Amino acid sequence: MRVMAQLAMVMNLDKCIGCHTCSVTCKQAWTNRAGTEYVWFNNVETRPGQGYPRTYQDQEKWKGGWELNARGRLKLKAGGRLKKLFSIFANPLMPSIQDYYEPWTYDYDRLFSAPMQADTPVARPRSLITGEPTKISWSANWDDNLAGGPELAPSDPVLRKVSDQVKLDFENAFMFYLPRICEHCLNPSCASSCPSGAIYKRSEDGIVLVDQDRCRGWRMCVTGCPYKKVYFNHRTGKAEKCTFCFPRVEVGLPTVCSETCVGRLRYIGIILYDADRVTEAASVADDKALFEAQKSVMLDPHDPAVISAARAAGIPEDWLEAARRSPIHKLIFEYGVALPLHPEYRTMPMVWYIPPLSPVVDVLSGTGHDGEDAGNLFGAIDALRIPVGYLAELFTAGDPEPVRAVLRRLAAMRSYMRRLNLGQEADESIAAAVGMTGQGVEDMHRLLALAPYAERYVIPKAHAEQGAQLEELGGGCSLDYEGGPGMGGPFGEASGTPAPIAVENFHALKERQRGGDLEDANELRGRVNLLNWDGKGTPDGLFPKNGRKEEP
Amino acid sequence: MNALDVVLWVVAPYVALTVFVLGHVWRYRYDKFGWTTRSSQMYESRLLRIGSPLFHFGILVVLLGHIGGLVIPKSWTEAAGVSEEAYHVVAVVLGTIAGVATLGGLAILIYRRRTVGPVFTATTRNDKLMYAVLAVTIVLGLAATVMANIVGGGYDYRTTISPWFRSIFYFQPDPALMAGAPLLFQLHALSALLLFAVWPFTRLVHMLTAPVGYLTRPYVVYRSRAEQPTGARAPRRGWEPSR
Repeated sequence: MRVMAQLAMVMNLDKCIGCHTCSVTCKQAWTNRAGTEYVWFNNVETRPGQGYPRTYQDQEKWKGGWELNARGRLKLKAGGRLKKLFSIFANPLMPSIQDYYEPWTYDYDRLFSAPMQADTPVARPRSLITGEPTKISWSANWDDNLAGGPELAPSDPVLRKVSDQVKLDFENAFMFYLPRICEHCLNPSCASSCPSGAIYKRSEDGIVLVDQDRCRGWRMCVTGCPYKKVYFNHRTGKAEKCTFCFPRVEVGLPTVCSETCVGRLRYIGIILYDADRVTEAASVADDKALFEAQKSVMLDPHDPAVISAARAAGIPEDWLEAARRSPIHKLIFEYGVALPLHPEYRTMPMVWYIPPLSPVVDVLSGTGHDGEDAGNLFGAIDALRIPVGYLAELFTAGDPEPVRAVLRRLAAMRSYMRRLNLGQEADESIAAAVGMTGQGVEDMHRLLALAPYAERYVIPKAHAEQGAQLEELGGGCSLDYEGGPGMGGPFGEASGTPAPIAVENFHALKERQRGGDLEDANELRGRVNLLNWDGKGTPDGLFPKNGRKEEP
Repeated sequence: MNALDVVLWVVAPYVALTVFVLGHVWRYRYDKFGWTTRSSQMYESRLLRIGSPLFHFGILVVLLGHIGGLVIPKSWTEAAGVSEEAYHVVAVVLGTIAGVATLGGLAILIYRRRTVGPVFTATTRNDKLMYAVLAVTIVLGLAATVMANIVGGGYDYRTTISPWFRSIFYFQPDPALMAGAPLLFQLHALSALLLFAVWPFTRLVHMLTAPVGYLTRPYVVYRSRAEQPTGARAPRRGWEPSR
């Protein structure tokens, strides 16, 4: 047993209102640069819908993730190592910018500079790729809220699998939102596809990152990821992906998308897993068994054997404590309401979902029944507006039973808690019907409905002895950065130690917000890093200043 | 042997090779972030899917051909029982096919770069210079082969150019060998030297990091913060990890 810790997330889809705040704040934090205009590390999709990029879930087309070969061993669906190297000059499975969408801006200057005329001037859209006027015909959430439903939704690859049971006509239409970030998989196929070995999984917390200094732009990761959550920065020629906001979680803060989620539907915590058993579990023959197989890889943090093995593996004591308090472990095991997204891709994703219990209460009440009576609720689950079959294709490789079990638990919680709210006696039989106790249901209700901050996010800080390695804790004099009193190495501006990311970003953002010209990289001050160079020109600090005098 | 020969066939090669080596060292130390293919496949892939493999596989064969012709001495191939005629036929046939594939691929890629809007926008001055030098070198090389073999009766560069090439690496350069070579071969060699000199400063650097290690490494790479600091600065004295 090789115990490793993994930061994981659970999203409660019942509470998602599709406001896209997570997407917008994530974009402001990470991808508001040239080259990543089309990139959304976090996006919110309306299901049914084609998703972003279009039809990414159709693995017969995109060949992401893993599959079993004839001998029952895992292989990358897009092909083995040799095939990858031979198709490196032109990747046949790479989505084009049109599969995402062609990013655009508006010619706002026109509003001010247009001469006096009879008609109101109009800010025309311009492509951010070519700079030419463009016609907007797609975006990251073009089919938001079922827009274009009858034409666009039938192309949903998940819907096509269950289409004979599902009707899309207006009276029977259903929808829910699916926020997505990188899954930070236990068996990441992006990292496995990377010819340079630039994508790695951090052994402390399992975050999957791209080493920007090692990435050579071979683009195989984009194909490898079945969730299409690795993006190609077309200006820098490097892959970029969701970082799980590592500078934040290292100091115990939740990710930006979680922190800003108005529905408070995201949970972050760690789980312990047995790294030696990952490949074995991902190789289970039956797709439908993969959900249980992944659960079997995760370890019980209360088990003394696990604790001693974790100590032997060097996992710090406060991390073990965090693992015991982890909301993720509770939601997956104790309450059993969280499900993985597309386990059939065999990547062992670590962002899980609580499926939505559609507006069942209203529907039941509308038919004259008591909408919150447990018996009525249980009976209605198969008649839900959101078909169980559709959820099963998303979360359990098509097996409806685990989804049904989760929905029954959520329904039971409603019914049980209503009695308490109305001052009636607690009815243990409701809890027992779904294999829980009344106390368990109340605890689950606290975590799901009240969702207190400190219980939603149990994030152990990166460990103190490792403090010197942390970006944000520095370990040196905090004034010893670019522009600070202690700046500068012996060879002028470009020598010496770089500024901490936080300081650098602070200046870059200030520059960006106050500067008149968004596009001029030359205005950026200080050393250039990934977060403030937009790929244009050769800003100061990119190359050493030879023979050029520093301005006084 | 006059001064010009010494400049062209002794000074220039050493300058070019020094720039090539030190340039790569410098680029690797100061610009790892810029070390990439800067692929434009996102913008356009229909033409790229024909042009790019044609060019790259072509140029790999060309590279192997140059190693066979320049690095391996004639005496070795003859000792192995390969006659001059046999070598020549194989070299000319393979070389012409690979050369035409390379040039055709390059033509498609340059056409694509000029005509596809987003790709042209993403083309820097550096790229244009690189394309020019690369195209000139390939055209001259192909022209030299074609002229020598189809118009003329063949030219045995393995008695002149190859020994000169090797003499540079023994540090006993012999410019006289090169001074007598046909003009097209001389121009090809000079343009190649120019290509080597600009190489480290262009996107061609991606060749040196061809990912052959992928064939042997484990699929999933684990890295620890502790072993390989991801922090912006090295730990200060007294702040090193305690284990």
